[in-house]
Amino acid sequence: MSLDNLTSNWSKLRTRRPQPDQYKDAPYKWGMVIDLDACTGCNACTTACYAENNLPVVGKERFLAGQQMHWIRIERYWGEGTEFTQEFPEQGAQFLPMLCQQCEAAPCEIVCPVGATHHTPDGLNSQVYNRCVGSRYCSANCPYKVRYFNWFNYPDTAWPSPLEQQLNPDLTVRSKGVMEKCTFCVQRLTAAKSKARTEKRTVQDGEVLTACAQACPTSAIHFGNLADPTSTVARMWKAQQVELSADKQNKDEQREKDEQLGKTGEETVRGYRVFEDLRTYPSIVYLERLRSSEV
Amino acid sequence: MIHSDHDEIEIAVERRFEPKPKDIDEEIHWAEINQDVLESLERPRPLFWFIFFGSLAAFIWGVYCEIYQYRTGLGVAALENPQVWGLYIATFIFWIGMSHSGTLLSAILLIMHADWRKPIYRFAEAMTTFSLMTAGLFVLVHLGRLWQFYYVVAYPSERWTWPNFSSPLVWDATAIGSYLTTSVIFLFFGMIPDLAICRDNATGFRRVFYRAISLGWRGTDWQWSNFRVTYLTLACLLIPLAVSVHSIVATDFAVSQQPGWHTTSFPPYFVAGALYSGCAAIITLFIILRYTFRFEQYMTIPILEKLCKLTFAISMVWTYLNLIEYASVWYGTDPTAKQTLIFRATGTYAGWWWAMNILGSVVPFTLTWRRLRTNIPIMLIVSLLLNLGMWIERFMIVTPTFAHGYYPWTWTREWWPNWVQIGIIIGSFGWFTMLFMLFCKIFPSVSMYEVKEMVYHRRQARRKALKPLPAET
Repeated sequence: MSLDNLTSNWSKLRTRRPQPDQYKDAPYKWGMVIDLDACTGCNACTTACYAENNLPVVGKERFLAGQQMHWIRIERYWGEGTEFTQEFPEQGAQFLPMLCQQCEAAPCEIVCPVGATHHTPDGLNSQVYNRCVGSRYCSANCPYKVRYFNWFNYPDTAWPSPLEQQLNPDLTVRSKGVMEKCTFCVQRLTAAKSKARTEKRTVQDGEVLTACAQACPTSAIHFGNLADPTSTVARMWKAQQVELSADKQNKDEQREKDEQLGKTGEETVRGYRVFEDLRTYPSIVYLERLRSSEV
Repeated sequence: MIHSDHDEIEIAVERRFEPKPKDIDEEIHWAEINQDVLESLERPRPLFWFIFFGSLAAFIWGVYCEIYQYRTGLGVAALENPQVWGLYIATFIFWIGMSHSGTLLSAILLIMHADWRKPIYRFAEAMTTFSLMTAGLFVLVHLGRLWQFYYVVAYPSERWTWPNFSSPLVWDATAIGSYLTTSVIFLFFGMIPDLAICRDNATGFRRVFYRAISLGWRGTDWQWSNFRVTYLTLACLLIPLAVSVHSIVATDFAVSQQPGWHTTSFPPYFVAGALYSGCAAIITLFIILRYTFRFEQYMTIPILEKLCKLTFAISMVWTYLNLIEYASVWYGTDPTAKQTLIFRATGTYAGWWWAMNILGSVVPFTLTWRRLRTNIPIMLIVSLLLNLGMWIERFMIVTPTFAHGYYPWTWTREWWPNWVQIGIIIGSFGWFTMLFMLFCKIFPSVSMYEVKEMVYHRRQARRKALKPLPAET
């Protein structure tokens, strides 16, 4: 390594902060739509994720200690002040599947000291396990708290023999001291892209699904390529008037207009992204749940 | 009536002209200074051994906890998903903060020509070095894979893997590294003339040791003039480093997006807090050293009083910045940050929050009473309380934001540290005290040559004052 090499390569250092639209012309931008109206809170997505991504089952004690490893979690919130909550409390429950939002300007990416989490040209927020030193700064800065740390060496205990035989061979198991999170099933995406490349085409809509989208019995989770304007997901984003990297969203204006006209429920746009005002530009749009009273 | 008035005035006049207690006895001889300081390397009071072995035991306990955590995983330290940092980062900031006052005393007051710093700056500088080393340990303890800590350092690698230069942790590693290097050099460099005195008075293996590290100091004019210039240059180099290090530690929080951290006033707030806890720690160590090494003649009550006044001034700066932070959140436009502030004052950690505010802003008012600040046992307690308050301040910066951040899913969890974390923190105090006590036993913890200088200047000043005015012509 010569001095010349050292000085001339400074421009290649990773000093840029993540920008929305940094890979604008890339052929893929993976995105998602989650319809909260269809979600029944059945946890099939979580189970599928455990099976697909070799997530360790940590047991009740560690789960209660907050050391669980579910990349997608079903959060339960209780509605308040509606007539339903008073009469039938169970109907007031609402479910929110929460997974890594694959932000375009991800707060986790700028703070990782070693660049173990970074943006891929596919618009994924990837995690390099081998590079991670476990400072947990990414998790500290994640507004969604969807990053999970390997507090113990889970492979030692999570799959007693012969359970290790059921592990997915397409990806690794993670050892003690690294951060991990939802990857949008990157192993499936890579395989699909590879297949498409040999056939000299791009990945078609519906050709690849994440495990959670595949397992969802009510099809609440839609997955696809946002860069392809004909894909289901791209059309849903358009219908909800959500733009990936705009600070000012049409949907907000649309909703105000609709409110003035007295439109509610299905008649108006109901897409939103979590913590949009933090300008993280997430890749997941949630469709608000429709109240029975509104339908 | 008139008579008693007269009496009162007389008493007031008497009080006013009561001679100020002197920082140091001006009649002290050079040989006496040498002897007193060199004796501290020989036979300290038994309290020394008590403190030394106590801190050694604490350190061993901390090492045990760390080995357990290293082998099993960070999960044994009761860390969990929202509370990913626990007490480690809070204590890291505490130790970084402790390191600042050594620089304040040795470099800033050197440039300002405050000569009362001379008998006490040496141990303050040693405190800087050792607390920085302790802070460095916390970075390692906190890492999930500490065997790969060097990934954070910008070293040339044949694979072209660099750290992420936009991450404040990389700035941290760089800043702490340079600060530690500079302060070690500064500490050692300032000791060279004293090490030569040790060499001249030692025998046997000690003489070999002191000869090696006094680097051939003979006290020639040429050596002294070079020494002065270099020492001043190093002091000037150290001051911006000290300020930048804690500002950078503050950016760990200010750069992130979390409510309660995302505040532009954090860097000055952290620097003020650092100077504050450092000054309080200097008072504690002042009292301990004064007793264990019989330094009553050098670490005098008037110097303690000056330290107390300095601490009080800094505590008020800290209070102001602290209130500014609350005000800017309260009147700001970020509802989440405001909610986090309310959570601090009323939520799970409310007791700690109020304790921090009372210890940090109310307790320092004891320093304004002359009777209290000249009372050594009371000052020992007060200085320890102030430092406790400053530790809680760091705890209050880190933990409530995790407990009550943006995401409501995490709000219902209550988090408290367990014995592993507390054990490692106790171990860090042991490690620091052990190193510090060893330093004071091996190296002269009062600067002999600067005390001589101070005495000399005082004598000159007195002679000038006593000189009769030229007779009128």
